[in-house]
Amino acid sequence: MQKLSAVNDFVIRFANVNGSGSSSANEIFAKAIFRMGIPMSPKNVFPSNIQGLPTWYEVRVSEKGYMGRREGVDIMVSLNPQSMTRDVEDVAPGGYFVYDNSKPLLKEFIREDVTYIGIPMIQMSIANYTNPRQQQLFKNIIYVGALVELLGIEMAVMKGIIADQFAKKPKLIPPNDLALDLGANYVKEHYTCPLPLHVKRLDANGDSILMDGNTATGIGGIYGGATVVSWYPITPSTSVVNAFESYAHKLRVDPETGKRNFAVVQSEDELAAIGIVVGATWNGARAFTATSGPGISLMSEFLGLAYFAELPVTLVNVQRAGPSTGMPTRTQQADILASAYASHGDTRHILLFPSTPEECFQFAAKALDLADRFQTPVIIMSDLDLGMNKHMSPPLKWDETRKYDLGKVLDAEALENTEEYGRYLDVDEDGICYRTLPGAHPTKGAFFTRGTARDEMARYTEDGAAYKRIVDRLMKKWETAKQRVPGPELYQSGNQSSAGVIFFGTTTYSAMEASDMLKADGFDLDMMRIAAFPFNDEVEKFVESHDYVFVVEQNRDAQFRSLLINELDVAPSKLIPVLNYDGMPITADHIRNEIENSPILSLVNGKTQKTS
Amino acid sequence: MTYLKPTFRHPKMPKNKIGFAKADYEGAVSTLCAGCGHDSISAAIVQSCYEMSIEPHRLAKVSGIGCSSKAPTYFLSNSHGFNSVHGRMPSVMTGANLANRDLIYLGVSGDGDTASIGIGQFVHAIRRNLNMVYIVMNNGCYGLTKGQDSATADYGSKSKSGTENVFQGIDLTAMAMEQGATFVARSFSGDKTQLVPLIKAAMSHPGFAFIDIVSPCVTFNNHVGSTKSYSFTRDHIEATSAIDFVPKRDEITVDYQEGDGVRVKLHDGSTIELEKLSSDWDPTDRQSSIKQLHAVKASGQLLTGLLYIDPESQEFHELQQTTERPLNELREEDLCPGSDALEKINQSFR
Repeated sequence: MQKLSAVNDFVIRFANVNGSGSSSANEIFAKAIFRMGIPMSPKNVFPSNIQGLPTWYEVRVSEKGYMGRREGVDIMVSLNPQSMTRDVEDVAPGGYFVYDNSKPLLKEFIREDVTYIGIPMIQMSIANYTNPRQQQLFKNIIYVGALVELLGIEMAVMKGIIADQFAKKPKLIPPNDLALDLGANYVKEHYTCPLPLHVKRLDANGDSILMDGNTATGIGGIYGGATVVSWYPITPSTSVVNAFESYAHKLRVDPETGKRNFAVVQSEDELAAIGIVVGATWNGARAFTATSGPGISLMSEFLGLAYFAELPVTLVNVQRAGPSTGMPTRTQQADILASAYASHGDTRHILLFPSTPEECFQFAAKALDLADRFQTPVIIMSDLDLGMNKHMSPPLKWDETRKYDLGKVLDAEALENTEEYGRYLDVDEDGICYRTLPGAHPTKGAFFTRGTARDEMARYTEDGAAYKRIVDRLMKKWETAKQRVPGPELYQSGNQSSAGVIFFGTTTYSAMEASDMLKADGFDLDMMRIAAFPFNDEVEKFVESHDYVFVVEQNRDAQFRSLLINELDVAPSKLIPVLNYDGMPITADHIRNEIENSPILSLVNGKTQKTS
Repeated sequence: MTYLKPTFRHPKMPKNKIGFAKADYEGAVSTLCAGCGHDSISAAIVQSCYEMSIEPHRLAKVSGIGCSSKAPTYFLSNSHGFNSVHGRMPSVMTGANLANRDLIYLGVSGDGDTASIGIGQFVHAIRRNLNMVYIVMNNGCYGLTKGQDSATADYGSKSKSGTENVFQGIDLTAMAMEQGATFVARSFSGDKTQLVPLIKAAMSHPGFAFIDIVSPCVTFNNHVGSTKSYSFTRDHIEATSAIDFVPKRDEITVDYQEGDGVRVKLHDGSTIELEKLSSDWDPTDRQSSIKQLHAVKASGQLLTGLLYIDPESQEFHELQQTTERPLNELREEDLCPGSDALEKINQSFR
């Protein structure tokens, strides 16, 4: 048997039972690799369950810095008898299977092309710890200790993480260190360490941080100046508001009075969550809410009102698979159309597509600015993979000179100097009108906010011509927005090929890895990452100037492709869908295969071959 | 064009303490049906604000959808207003109130808007003890969609076509009291003497002040057999007490005989005076109020007036411990922790 052998390039998967405390042990493991300067990317595959169902944690280690998911498991750490049949099957030929040999492994789990590494985890745990919960928890740390030796991780790094983690509960450090040593010493005695598949210190991570996107989004809300936040708990978006709230308690409380410069409301449902945001922005506060698919459906009515009444809304949509319970703990990019055109009547909304935690942070603050500037809903289109998994990311950065763009708001002084105020007068001819806030001026600027049925002076009217003028102006505002939203990212100077690839959000990791694979196979395609909707001229030019464009996304119906077709008036045959919608993050292999197997590629084959 | 009102005012019109005439509190001409109860309520709101000497721009009015929710156009045109989403006024109000705790918030809703589509939001605004006046203009039917029964239509009440309602009506005051509302009142659009002091007291109450106002629909629900008609309501009203509201600056001149009345001192120093109470009812005791409400209902009458008040009410901002400054006035220097703090955060993720 040829054992898999590589340095800093493998996938390890942990098969655990939900609620057994394994995820913190797995995160410690991942962090040790990160701290050794080796690029890595962890993914948590979890059930809609608090305790008992199978859960997996996967870490891809990639010296080259590929952060997308990769097919195939090189090392399986198996702790869940429920899923063991599948877990054994999933190991790549030549791979390794780490298991608890406190009891012997059944014959049905033995494969000839896999190396088995048994460790008496529970036995050692029972022998060394007294209370049953501790025995369960330290079993997890024992396997992490074993992996330290098996994979060549530096023990000092691992123990440093334990010390950091329990800095406030130092009593917990020695028993954790003991568990690490128990695991490490056992494998040193019984196996040749490290395995042919192992890690070696690098210096490739620079000043990167390891953070989940939702935390970054929440911190972005703090820095962006949100003061009113409301939400209804829904996976996978809940942790956005959790993060906002926990940092607000640290950073937004007046040290003298103990009073809070923020308010968080856990509302009765998503209808109320967005209603609270709308009320707050109408009254001049910066506000946001976070939700996921079903919440978007419920919020659609208010999105329509906010669009027509021209009120800022910042909405974080952490996308997931479909309705109900179960698959919604898996990732997708499947709310594109539901978000872009959410609501009744002629509506369209600004969308931002972050692809790293750093961008979640930036876009959260940016969205608050854009919402105020354009007096309209702005939706941040994150997803479960980005939101809930930790990603290596550039550090969060804040420009000290940056000022909030509160948009066109007339205060008392400005109103005093205004001869005739009309809420919906397009004074600057950019489609954006001046608004006033309740309480600003005793006699000037008050108006009645309505969805439709109003003229430029905000007077009630059912005159069709007035309605038409208003909605046409909203399109003018949309055109203005095109130039103000983040533009696309191009990865080559000028067009190198007659075929291009468009992608966005978390698809970026795998798309860029696929680009390298395609290049190695002789196909040098032009890559473009889209960061926002409406699409600006650069996007239009990219689509126009290529014969074919592959649109890579994570949903069944090629929704982003539909959006491009609809907005840019492109012939559908020109845009080739590359899709993934099984709930797992898309892989580079999948993208490469889809593109290389596409009959289209043979048409552009000659043109895409590198000519040099 | 009926919505263009003459702006001419008699120069010697009386003014209130802050120099505003009653006309300064009026709104556009109503487009509701002639005789609609809602217009009387609008007039009572105008009267209350005038007498309370409220600066019109320091009040914000928010409504949902329906005839009642159109009403805010017809009063206080110098106040910002928001005709929002059907049944969602409480959430919009929650956000608005959080953004600026310094304004007075007047929410206007109807029985469809509150007892059906908005019942969830109604209950949750109560739980938060949001500092607002919540008025339901309650006519037992859907006016704008032509007279369907609403959820507050009483069991056995007849619709215009003669069909009896077979469903139990929702009593919003009972519900508000059960849910912990800190100010609950009921009134009748035709009883301005009672309504005006109730509105004034509600505006002075720090917390959720609910007034359910029977407001007959002259077009769809004012016939014989309806329990929300003018004549039926007039004939079946039983007031808890006579009520007077004394703002904080006014000297209390009237003396009551002991046992005759109760004075409830409000947070801002003003006083509610209740006369001729029934002997076994204490308006600051929730249990006795609930009991009184049910007893009068069982006798086939409609209990009106102030039903319950919690003088110790702690409104939402106190519960949330928000800063005294309106949140909408905070800027970068108050809100943005800066790049040094961010670097510390980064460091904790390495």
